[in-house]
Amino acid sequence: MIIEYSRITQIQGDIISVIASGVQYSELAVVKSHMKTSLAQVIRLRGDEVFLQVFAGTRGVATGDQVRFLGHPMQVPFGDALLGRIFNGSGYPIDGGPELKVLPRLEINGPSVNPVMRVIPRGFIETRVPMIDMFNPLVESQKLPIFAAAGEPYNELLARIGICADADIVILGGIGLKHDEYLKFRRAFEESGISSRTIMFVHTASDPVVERLLVPDLALAVAEQFGVKGKRVLVLLTDMTAFADAMKEIAISMDQVPSNLGYPGSLYSDLASRYEKAVDFEGAGSITILAVTTMPGDDVTHPVPDNTGYITEGQFYLKKGVIEPFGSLSRLKQLVIGKVTRQDHGHIMNSMIRLFAKGREVEQKLAMGFERTADDERYLRYGKLFYERFMDLKVNMGLDEALDLGWYTLAECFRPDEVGIKQELIDKHWPRA
Amino acid sequence: MTSTMDSRIVAVNGPLVTVETVKAQEVMMNEVAYVLCNDVFLKSEIIRIRGRLVDMQVFENTVGLKVGDRVDFTGSLLSASLGPGILGQIYDGLQNPLSKLENDQGYFLRRGQYISSLNEDRRWEFTPSVKPGDTVRAGYYLGSVPEGIFEHHILTPLALQGAWEVVDINQQGAYTVTDRIATLKNREGVEVPIKMAQQWPVKLPVRAYKERLLPDRQLLTQCRLIDIFFPLAEGGTACIPGPFGAGKTVLQQIVSRYAEADIVIIVACGERAGEVVETIRELPLLEDPRTGKSLMDRTVIICNTSSMPVAAREASIYTGVTLGEYYRQIGLKVLLLADSTSRWAQALRESSARLEEIPGEEAFPAYLESRIAALYERAGVVRLYDDSTGSLTLIGNVSPAGGNFEEPVTQNTLKVVSAFYGLSRTRSDRRRYPAIDPLISWSLYLKQMKESLCERHPEWVSWVEETQNLFIQGNEIHQMMLVVGEEGVGIDDFVTYLKSEMVDVVCLQQDSYDAVDRATGRDRQISDFTLLIRMVHHRFDFETKGEARQEMTHLQNLFFQMKYCLFQGVEYMKYRTEIESILRKE
Ligand SMILES: Nc1ncnc2c1ncn2[C@@H]1O[C@H](COP(=O)(O)OP(=O)(O)OP(=O)(O)O)[C@@H](O)[C@H]1O
Ligand SMILES: [Mg+2]
Repeated sequence: MIIEYSRITQIQGDIISVIASGVQYSELAVVKSHMKTSLAQVIRLRGDEVFLQVFAGTRGVATGDQVRFLGHPMQVPFGDALLGRIFNGSGYPIDGGPELKVLPRLEINGPSVNPVMRVIPRGFIETRVPMIDMFNPLVESQKLPIFAAAGEPYNELLARIGICADADIVILGGIGLKHDEYLKFRRAFEESGISSRTIMFVHTASDPVVERLLVPDLALAVAEQFGVKGKRVLVLLTDMTAFADAMKEIAISMDQVPSNLGYPGSLYSDLASRYEKAVDFEGAGSITILAVTTMPGDDVTHPVPDNTGYITEGQFYLKKGVIEPFGSLSRLKQLVIGKVTRQDHGHIMNSMIRLFAKGREVEQKLAMGFERTADDERYLRYGKLFYERFMDLKVNMGLDEALDLGWYTLAECFRPDEVGIKQELIDKHWPRA
Repeated sequence: MTSTMDSRIVAVNGPLVTVETVKAQEVMMNEVAYVLCNDVFLKSEIIRIRGRLVDMQVFENTVGLKVGDRVDFTGSLLSASLGPGILGQIYDGLQNPLSKLENDQGYFLRRGQYISSLNEDRRWEFTPSVKPGDTVRAGYYLGSVPEGIFEHHILTPLALQGAWEVVDINQQGAYTVTDRIATLKNREGVEVPIKMAQQWPVKLPVRAYKERLLPDRQLLTQCRLIDIFFPLAEGGTACIPGPFGAGKTVLQQIVSRYAEADIVIIVACGERAGEVVETIRELPLLEDPRTGKSLMDRTVIICNTSSMPVAAREASIYTGVTLGEYYRQIGLKVLLLADSTSRWAQALRESSARLEEIPGEEAFPAYLESRIAALYERAGVVRLYDDSTGSLTLIGNVSPAGGNFEEPVTQNTLKVVSAFYGLSRTRSDRRRYPAIDPLISWSLYLKQMKESLCERHPEWVSWVEETQNLFIQGNEIHQMMLVVGEEGVGIDDFVTYLKSEMVDVVCLQQDSYDAVDRATGRDRQISDFTLLIRMVHHRFDFETKGEARQEMTHLQNLFFQMKYCLFQGVEYMKYRTEIESILRKE
């Protein structure tokens, strides 16, 4: 049953209220004003008052405009025909291709996976970024954000991982993406020849704010269905801070009491319900989520990165153009290191990081003007090599190659008895002069 | 279920629905109601009553609800089902067995499914312990059934008021939890049939015991940092606050496996599903060294992960505590681990915001403090009617925003717990696990259990306090060295610093992923710490700092290697002998 109403009683922020009856909570409506037509979603019912958030924003909406309820929540078309296509934040194609009217439609924001139907993840995803593969490996079905200050090359990194990673399908969710960045993603996918297995949901910075809210849900609903059908899906979301900011705007328009810096108290649950879509299905595919969380003021205790850290399974810190070894963490790494990857992986990883930490200490010590010893020189040299060979994002190399280079680098700077690795492994891997 | 057409939804705001009812005078706070949403009944709980308007939190997604939809009140409070058959189960926050739920598309939780928490077909071998004519009260034993390795006492209804007479009681035999096993009669002649299964409202504490006792016996966790420096008591309370990634969950996981409790209840409250999966998949494969059975046999998992409905998250902790209190009534040592109480508090905050209550600090409701206090107060040791004791120990993880302990949930929790294990970012960044910071943590049980702790050694508690002081000194010296360099401190201070480092490395740090190191039993704790304290007391005579560093590094390495060796094995004895010979030198 489709009902039309034309009694908008109130417009505040991007929320309108309408007098109507028989409307379902969360159902979708179309708001038609003389400027544009927009989707809107019911976010509250109070007596015969219905509150809707208007995805395209309320600019240009008048109280005399028409609101038509659709009788169902937000949906997205689903099928193989999505591959290679690009959609906006409301799910309409923006690549000039045909609308996907004949495809079955999925409701977004579906229920949780029953925890007993999940399996412990086991798959290693090689990215050819040594700071990831070697020091904090990405595991299939992991949810992991890149924490970065504005201006860091996080989107390049994301695109690069999307291209390298061995996934059946890559889905990009762009949230408040600069138009240039969107074009760069598109070009990167085209040039690397993976376009045919990518799907893009793009909300650009010039699009209406509320539309941001839909992007992760659209991307994840599609990913989830491919996952159920056995595909290994990688979802890239950038930038989740923009998503959280849209949440904040809605909450403020609804006069909700903010809990922290204006963000609603439900921020944790709102973010978690998206990130928790990452899953390894028993007997089917998987969803891996790699997201970008920009840190306002480069502050990790800001509510968005803070809540994100409490939800995700680790984080990569992108700082001054490199992935910081300290603070970055893949919490699932122990599931693959030495089990799926080479036996020496865990040992060389720990040893190299420990020595690099020592190198940093030496740098600090020297910076404070304490005297320089011969030992210090070696640590400094090691630190420099470590940066050039492993940290620099220009480096593109597979895990085994990186592990070998790790041994080689240790041997260049240290004696075997200085690196704290079991003798048995030293005998096997230490490069001979 | 008393069905009425007189109760209708008038507002929907996320999981909060407002109902207008003519029966407002009959409905109770915390009563369960069902909302009818397109043929599916959704379970809800009343959280406010104002005139004819009743506010309820719905334990499911409310998509599709309409103004005018029907609501049925049940007349009973939100309750847990208690009886044999709870052990080994994986429940959601409302005690539905997750493995029995039907899944949409094979994977997804479908809303509106409520399945009985106890297996109603299974027969239990019941042996009566009372006879007709006996007088009983709430919480008395009527008999028992074997459940796993335990004698599961069958309790009279915990809600019973006053004295009742046993009219009849079944013979020994096999019965289901819903079979009638006895009949009781009170002075007024009212008779009630008794089954092995009973219900208890989760938000009310069970008080069917003689008295509460002061917790004065240690609950061994096999985590050295806790057991030696900040010990936990049976029936005690503790919290573990820490920033994200500092190791709260890993610590609880390890405690859940190795703590010397009879029963462990794990409440995964608003955290990651993946972590629960690890527990669900791995626990059944691990052997409980004390019983030889699977660890899962002594465990109950209650699982409301972060993407599951928020209102059920609030209920999940209460469900867990209620199950814990029930097993305490049976005379067992129960340990409840909640990860994370902050998510529970946030659930309170979300519903408070929807109720438009006046917010307190960081928008938490003003009653946050009393709710936290009431929760932890449900832990304790009690003397039961047969003079045996039972205990419920509660450890809650806290996830403070920004890792800053000056926030309402941490602060209100610290007011009510008796042990505080504060995880620090500095320690976790340096991979010093468990990252409990010895400089900020405390346990009131160290004094409270002094007598029983000193059974380990008459000097035990003073050694512990002495070592705690060593950490403080060591840290001060370390801070000084950061400013003035090693050159700037005297050799005595330098050695003190090295000693505190050594205790840190070989005793505080414990590798959760190492087969030997991850759990240290009581005997080994006594033996190793007694040796370590000799090192602390030893007067080393070093000429130079270089020499001090070299010798202490050597000694530290011996202790370090020793901790990875099987207790009292050949290797262990080799290192121990070498350490002893060093410590004998003057
Ligand atoms: N005892 C330990 N031994 C070795 N590694 C550990 C230990 N504790 C924690 N870690 C490492 O730290 C990571 C994070 O630990 P954990 O998941 O327990 O953090 P948390 O405090 O529960 O974080 P959150 O608040 O985000 O849930 C683990 O994945 C592991 O890599
Ligand atoms: Mg955790």
